[in-house]
Amino acid sequence: MTTQTLGNVANPALAARWRRATSEPDWLRWTLIGISLSFLALFLILPLLVVLYGAFEQGLAVWTAAITEPDALAAIRLSLFVVAIVVPINVVFGVAAAWAIAKFEFRGKSILITLIDMPFAISPVVVGLIFVILFGTQGWLGPWLAAHDLRIIFAVPGIVIVIAFGTMPFIARELIPLMQQQGKEEEEASLTLGAGGWKTFWYVTLPNIKWGLIYGIILCNARALGEFGAVAVVSGRIRGETNTMPLHIEVLYNEYMFTAAFAVSSLLMGLALVTVAIKSVVEWQTERSRRSADTP
Amino acid sequence: MTAALQAHSVKRKRFGSRNNRVIPGFGLTMGFTLLYLGFMFLIPVGGLLLYTSLMSWEEFWKAVSHPQVVASYKLSFGASFIGASINLVFGALVAWVLVRYEFPGKRVIDALVDLPFALPTAVAGIALVTLYASTGWVGQNLEVWGIKVAYTQLGVVVALTYIGLPFVVRTVQPVLEDLETEREEASASLGASRLTTVRRVILPALLPALLTGYALAFARAVGEYGSVVFISGNMPYRTEITPLLIVAKAEQYDYQGAAAIGTVMLVAAFLLLLVINGIQWWTSRRGL
Repeated sequence: MTTQTLGNVANPALAARWRRATSEPDWLRWTLIGISLSFLALFLILPLLVVLYGAFEQGLAVWTAAITEPDALAAIRLSLFVVAIVVPINVVFGVAAAWAIAKFEFRGKSILITLIDMPFAISPVVVGLIFVILFGTQGWLGPWLAAHDLRIIFAVPGIVIVIAFGTMPFIARELIPLMQQQGKEEEEASLTLGAGGWKTFWYVTLPNIKWGLIYGIILCNARALGEFGAVAVVSGRIRGETNTMPLHIEVLYNEYMFTAAFAVSSLLMGLALVTVAIKSVVEWQTERSRRSADTP
Repeated sequence: MTAALQAHSVKRKRFGSRNNRVIPGFGLTMGFTLLYLGFMFLIPVGGLLLYTSLMSWEEFWKAVSHPQVVASYKLSFGASFIGASINLVFGALVAWVLVRYEFPGKRVIDALVDLPFALPTAVAGIALVTLYASTGWVGQNLEVWGIKVAYTQLGVVVALTYIGLPFVVRTVQPVLEDLETEREEASASLGASRLTTVRRVILPALLPALLTGYALAFARAVGEYGSVVFISGNMPYRTEITPLLIVAKAEQYDYQGAAAIGTVMLVAAFLLLLVINGIQWWTSRRGL
């Protein structure tokens, strides 16, 4: 950026002085890059490598065996089952909240946005605790649930609920700023031309928020699969029944089955890498559409 | 303040009647949002607060001021403070390098900054403890210098630094991108050295973003559980974080003790959110 404006200066001595004034000398530049990259290598790259190394150290056959062993498969199946319920709920919630917040003016809007953000600020173990106190044997609804032979804590419903709570903000947070920025002119045009509300949503709003929604879904998906603290409190860690993938990793690790723990971890790590890759693609897409909108 | 409120209500009246006529779905979307928030968030959180409020003050105080619990607050808040501070310095540096400089592999590095946010905490936990254990790739090199990380308080700091890493970078980056270099040129042409320009022109512009990122990283770290429990070793009074105590008490069916400490954590989270919103409010006012 800087070099572009400085390129216009004809006098080389003056240009050099200006460059010194608005940028750093090469040695400093590369020192700063070096420090940053060392920090990121230590904190971002090394953990990735150690998971890969741990997972594949003993060969592909051991890796395959670790992730196809019955308890691992049960954990994968449970995690996918939970995601299949939680993500659609969060899509509906995120779209509804973003529609109400971005298309209308009302009192208390900022309070509503703060409320939606709040589950993200609460410690995951507190989330688990909240529902243990609501549904646990000594909790508010415990006696009633026991009388009706319903199990929520130490069972799958509890896991679904805490994960839905923990991942509540992710899609809404992606969509609210996006839809606020896009305004409501296009929807108004569609509606005044005679299209109905649903038709307007499907053909006007949805294509506009497509990329943000896709990233929101992927992020929500990754966070739902990875949720640990809240699930640790409500699941009871019953093998093959209430162990999600992260809990299964914990059990394996605590039983010193490191290769198996890293094998299951490598699956979740792959998903996390896909998530950040999709985020870059989405940012690139929105950047491109913004640029094409800027140049008529 | 009153003028702003009046302007707001005037705007509301004028646009309110108009958009209610044109864009449909306010009742449906708002109704669903509030219903879902109510059942999933407000009632459950209210349940915890009510449960705690039914305890006597002595019971509550005994639960939250037990020396083991106090030791865990010190560790949780202290390590979060150090972790967030490390992220403040390195996060600002990483954001600067990513926005201002070109180097090979920049796009990949930029994308990877979000990894601690997307990677399950349990995976991060076992990866970090394996790296920093005395036999690990990093740990064995630190062992030579007599530094132990795994199963010490330093390990808690490492884990909390890891999970807070994206926040400062991601809040500072967009502000730095929007910062016009003209202001730096103006500062330089008025005779300021580069260091003075960075200190007097760039840093003040980044300050709100830095504070927001710092507060977000701190808030996330205080409540963190998964990535810490593997590397900390969980020794009472020494490497036990507060969330771990909540889990332990819930597992022993000591709901009251867990609820009391959980309420303290909940209040801390609310206060931090208030601080973050306050910074953003202050920024938007300063911007006008």
